[in-house]
Amino acid sequence: MATGMASARAAAVLARAGFHRFATYRQATLAGAFTNTVFGFVRCYVLLSLADAGGRVAGYDRAQLATFVFVGQGMIAVVNFWGPADLAERVRTGDVVADLLRPLDLMVNHLATDVGRAGFALLTRFVVPVLAGLLAFDFYLPAHPATYALFAVSLLLAVLVCSVCRYIVNLAAFWLLDIRGVRQLWVVASGGGSGLSFPLPLLPDWLVTGLWLCTPFPALMQAPLDVLVERGGTGHAVLLVAGQLAWLAVVVALARLVQRRALRRLVIQGG
Amino acid sequence: MADEPGSTAGAYRRLVAAQVRSQTQYRTSFVMDLFGSTVLTLLDVVSVYVLFSVNGSLGGFGGREVLLMVGIASCAFPLADLAVGNVEQLPSYVRSGRFDAVLVRPLSSLGQLLAMDFAPRRIGRAVQGLVIYGIALAAAPVGWSAGTALLAVLAPLAGAVFFGSLFVATASVAFWWIESGELAAAFTYGGKEFTSYPATVFGGFFRRLFAYGLGFAFVAYLPALALLGRQDPLGVPGWLHWCSPIVALIAAGLAALFWRTGVRHYRSTGS
Repeated sequence: MATGMASARAAAVLARAGFHRFATYRQATLAGAFTNTVFGFVRCYVLLSLADAGGRVAGYDRAQLATFVFVGQGMIAVVNFWGPADLAERVRTGDVVADLLRPLDLMVNHLATDVGRAGFALLTRFVVPVLAGLLAFDFYLPAHPATYALFAVSLLLAVLVCSVCRYIVNLAAFWLLDIRGVRQLWVVASGGGSGLSFPLPLLPDWLVTGLWLCTPFPALMQAPLDVLVERGGTGHAVLLVAGQLAWLAVVVALARLVQRRALRRLVIQGG
Repeated sequence: MADEPGSTAGAYRRLVAAQVRSQTQYRTSFVMDLFGSTVLTLLDVVSVYVLFSVNGSLGGFGGREVLLMVGIASCAFPLADLAVGNVEQLPSYVRSGRFDAVLVRPLSSLGQLLAMDFAPRRIGRAVQGLVIYGIALAAAPVGWSAGTALLAVLAPLAGAVFFGSLFVATASVAFWWIESGELAAAFTYGGKEFTSYPATVFGGFFRRLFAYGLGFAFVAYLPALALLGRQDPLGVPGWLHWCSPIVALIAAGLAALFWRTGVRHYRSTGS
């Protein structure tokens, strides 16, 4: 029990350190937020041009689309699809041994730092595109107060699922040393399957169902955004969040398994 | 002649060859990287297709016409990315002071940067872009004549020069503003996203700025109109549809000027 408390405290300190570490890159943060905003404009105009006479696309009205696009652009840095391969680099150089000697689990270490980073991104990279979208387009603001709370939970789950997924991608370095290729595949799959490239309901139904049931990708972006624009009501939103929780459990279990295998390889290489 | 020591071409050839050798060392990773970056372009094309399939048109243009614009864009951008995309590394050279070493060698500073970070995996994307463009040219109702044939060849090249100029110009910002980070991506990758769609999709101030102010309409949209023999619904006069090579040359001139000014402005890290 005492070690559990100590781990929790260490994780909290790491999260704060993660926040501060990224808070030092203020100008780069601004530049990134600007880029997200530009992409927001491009994507938003493209989607709006598809609206039929009733102003709807795949079940979203115009305001919902604008919210979907700009909040989605704000979420990119929070969820951090394209996070750096820090851990893989430490595996390649062997520095990871120092991480493993610490009394804190490698994954908890990674997750805590990443949550701190996400907190800073939420205050900066998230706010700029969302404000720009609010000013330039008719924006959908959730009617139900509970939606805001559900969105917050859903966003946190998206951050965690993505962080664990990227952790697994990084662990590939134990086998490959150079993980650029794996990362590239991750970028493609997570971009196309999460709703980042386009809202998933634009795809054929069988494919959408397959993505929701068989991959964690919709949990990274489509789920929080559908919660926010209140697609399908509160009951549906709760279902989406439950689905994210289930995926978090799956990817954590997978990460533990891969980590165990990976560390066994480390012993072989170090011998 | 080719391997004569001291010849400029020989020096560049050796720099590029060294890069190709080093990057193909981790063979599995290289193959996955090549595959991944190819799939990434495919994802862009799939995205346009998914959006197009909603109504069977985009911004008032049919499938074969949109495919022609996508074709030119997906040829131009990867060519530019292959040739000069690695100038994105400039901020790290400036930050670390390694640019000093570049300046003292008897080769052009830009040429060295491009050769030293040459990324052969990007060839996959360029080849794929060419295939898409070939299909688009065969499928689209192009009014073939000597003029359109020449434009069909020049348009992707002019687009590549245009994007290349953007890569260089936006990277040069790092001479003044080291933490410019992703700012360049707003114009390079953001511009690529913009050029894959007919300009009619966009609206308001944003369209005027990106299409004409920054000149992105000249990459794919206007040449495609010229090839198709169509009027511009937005009212750009017909003769301007043919002017993308001139616009590309102007862009290249401006980028060169910007780069030179930046290099003169460069101050080392001072430590």
